[in-house]
Amino acid sequence: MAIADIHVTEETHSDGHEHHDEHHGNFWTTYVFTIDHKMIGKQFLITGIAWALIGGLLSVIFRLQLGFPDMQLEWLRPILGEWITAEGKLDAEFYLALVTMHGTIMVFFVLTAGLSGTFSNFLIPLQIGARDMASGFMNMLSYWFFFASSVIMLISLFIETGPASGGWVIYPPLSALPQAVNGSGLGMTLWLAAMALFIVSSLLGGINYITTVINLRTEGMSFSRLPLTIWAFFITAVIGLLSFPVLFSAALLLIFDRSFGTSFFLSDIYIGGEALPNQGGSPILFQHLFWFLGHPEVYIVLLPALGITSEVIATNSRKPIFGYKAMVGSILFIAILSFIVWAHHMFVTGMNPFLGSIFMLLTLIIAVPSAVKVFNYLATLWKGNIRFTPAMLFSIGLVSFFISGGLTGIFLGNSAIDIQLHDTYFVVAHFHLVMGSASFFGLLAGVYHWFPKMYGRMMDAKLGYIHFWLTFVGVYMVFFPMHYIGIAGYPRRYYSFTNFDTLNNFTDLNMFVSVAAILTLGAQFIFLFNFFYSMYRGRKATTNPWQSNTLEWTTPVNPGHGNWPGKIPTVYRWPYDYSKPSAKEDFIPQTIPFSETPESNLPHENDMIKLETDSDQKVVVVDEK
Amino acid sequence: MEDKITGNLKLVEEPKKTLAMHPRKFGLWLFMVTVVMIFAALTSAYIVRQGEGNWTQFDLPMSMWVSSVLILISSVTMHWALVSAKSNDLEKVKLAISITSALGVAFLISQLVVWSDLVADNIYFVGNPSGSFLYVLSGVHGLHLVSGVIFLIIVLISTFRYKVHSKNLTQIQMCASYWHFLDVLWIYLFVFLLIYH
Repeated sequence: MAIADIHVTEETHSDGHEHHDEHHGNFWTTYVFTIDHKMIGKQFLITGIAWALIGGLLSVIFRLQLGFPDMQLEWLRPILGEWITAEGKLDAEFYLALVTMHGTIMVFFVLTAGLSGTFSNFLIPLQIGARDMASGFMNMLSYWFFFASSVIMLISLFIETGPASGGWVIYPPLSALPQAVNGSGLGMTLWLAAMALFIVSSLLGGINYITTVINLRTEGMSFSRLPLTIWAFFITAVIGLLSFPVLFSAALLLIFDRSFGTSFFLSDIYIGGEALPNQGGSPILFQHLFWFLGHPEVYIVLLPALGITSEVIATNSRKPIFGYKAMVGSILFIAILSFIVWAHHMFVTGMNPFLGSIFMLLTLIIAVPSAVKVFNYLATLWKGNIRFTPAMLFSIGLVSFFISGGLTGIFLGNSAIDIQLHDTYFVVAHFHLVMGSASFFGLLAGVYHWFPKMYGRMMDAKLGYIHFWLTFVGVYMVFFPMHYIGIAGYPRRYYSFTNFDTLNNFTDLNMFVSVAAILTLGAQFIFLFNFFYSMYRGRKATTNPWQSNTLEWTTPVNPGHGNWPGKIPTVYRWPYDYSKPSAKEDFIPQTIPFSETPESNLPHENDMIKLETDSDQKVVVVDEK
Repeated sequence: MEDKITGNLKLVEEPKKTLAMHPRKFGLWLFMVTVVMIFAALTSAYIVRQGEGNWTQFDLPMSMWVSSVLILISSVTMHWALVSAKSNDLEKVKLAISITSALGVAFLISQLVVWSDLVADNIYFVGNPSGSFLYVLSGVHGLHLVSGVIFLIIVLISTFRYKVHSKNLTQIQMCASYWHFLDVLWIYLFVFLLIYH
């Protein structure tokens, strides 16, 4: 048995060498059909940035309608064509398509694929000390499924009947019947096809992330020594693995309803006095299935950003993260709770009030692990030797949004208050702060922080500061007034408010929001310039520009396929030994054994030196399995 | 369990893995988790929908029992293939896998028979959700079974190339896990339908 296992080990090892040789590939194998996790991460990032730009532009178009309802939009005709009516106004149905596509693009294509896809791919092997993902081929497939999905979703923007317009939550019967809204025709079909491919991509990626984290960690990288980024990516992948198949089931049943005439979600519908043949379906059933994915999806979006923040804040505060175990525990707790709170999106569907109370209670419990995380971020910053890098600023910005957006979650989680606030701009303000902007800031923090590792050059810090302040102030100017608008009763997804006297008195505030949104989007072009300029012309990076402890900074500046030219480094300590008392420097990388730092070791760490010397001897380890 | 021998010889260059599970096997298990979630969603949707009333009652066709017996036998032959592979009896492996594949195809045919029996009973895909759900559950499971049969054929080809033997069991073990999983999944669906039809 032992012989067989050694044989297997050799086989995998020689596999690794084959990849090394393969590295001298042509353009196609290096940049397009690559199996190198770093390049796949960059592919996700670039595609995500492109989508973010499209999603942002869509939002500005509908903000124009909301802020300036009388504005002449004739000048948009070259881009939007027939979607501008003869009077020079935005077509009302296209408005619905805009909000739907903005939501879909931002939630799935930017903050799921662009965030998890980028950083899980890029960082997991680098930070756990692996040569690549468990399956490079599956990883490549994951990107190309995402790409195919992107292409289909993009095509749906250009078809004559317009893209899906039933909201990103695609509730039937609105999404099931082309008679309901134009976008529920071909646009919805393409939406479902794109999302099916997207789910396949997410699952392929997720299986890979989990397998890699569990099986390919380097020697010494126990779970209690994992950087919090990896913990966050790992738990995110687990959540995705459990929730995306449920969305797949819901989408499958919806496809049957739309194209085959079944009645899973349709019943008793009359169009123009004519009854549809569908009998016995339940539209609420779809909402249950959708939100069983939909709520965990919120944490799929948020947790990676929180993980990145933990890492960036600890590094730039020059302090160990406060409460490492509490951080891991709260991630796990949030992940578990995320699966049992979905019905708080459905308080007004006529559900049993007692059931509503249970979901309300569970929802409010999420405040506990969230508050633990916020407390730990603040305690890490407290009396830290803070370095305000752009990444650090964006991480602190995330903490700010997480607090201000999280607080309104406590109101919305109450089933009674939700009757007033449901589907108003209060909800829009809440989730754009706590999920949208917070995750977006996590994404930007990650890009600023790991850009030197991705491209071997530094991004310009001054442009980063300008980008941060404009975006940070801009986001609050956009979403803070929305709370007032929402409390006043403005419903989401309404094309125009000017027809309602009660809603007319916030016109100036809406105008303010729209101007702020345009400025905030404009500020992102500073980032885009900085990103692409620095890629080619930026200052050359050193191996460890942030003086960080984690393993990715032990690779060469431009790591090749396989990440480490020689042996994979081994890990002897946790990743947060910053400013350790009486240490020579204010950081001790994970690869430094305790035996080399006798001056700063704690008593129990001195005990571990003995174990280290044991394992440093040539040890034959035979897995008996 | 780890066996540590200290000495001057350096036989294993790879760093010690913290957990010794084969990555591909682990990936397969995760894939099975996603399949479980698909059916968990569908069957709980079934229960929720049934609880709302307006639910057509009908008896399950007898051919479903035939399907279940077929797939149960195929699990036995799959296990036979695995045991034969462990004892390097390649002829038996080929035979056992061929029988398993044949039983898999037979199962798929019997599912089509189930569908035609349902149609004969006036239970159509389009109609009351009680019937539609039955078609979806058996159809989605059937699709997975097709992938299982393809996997079996891949293993059969590797057996002919002498790539399946007691020192190289990963592939056939993965195939066996997947096949037993599909079997258990069907039994779950069948029992579920017997209780809730």
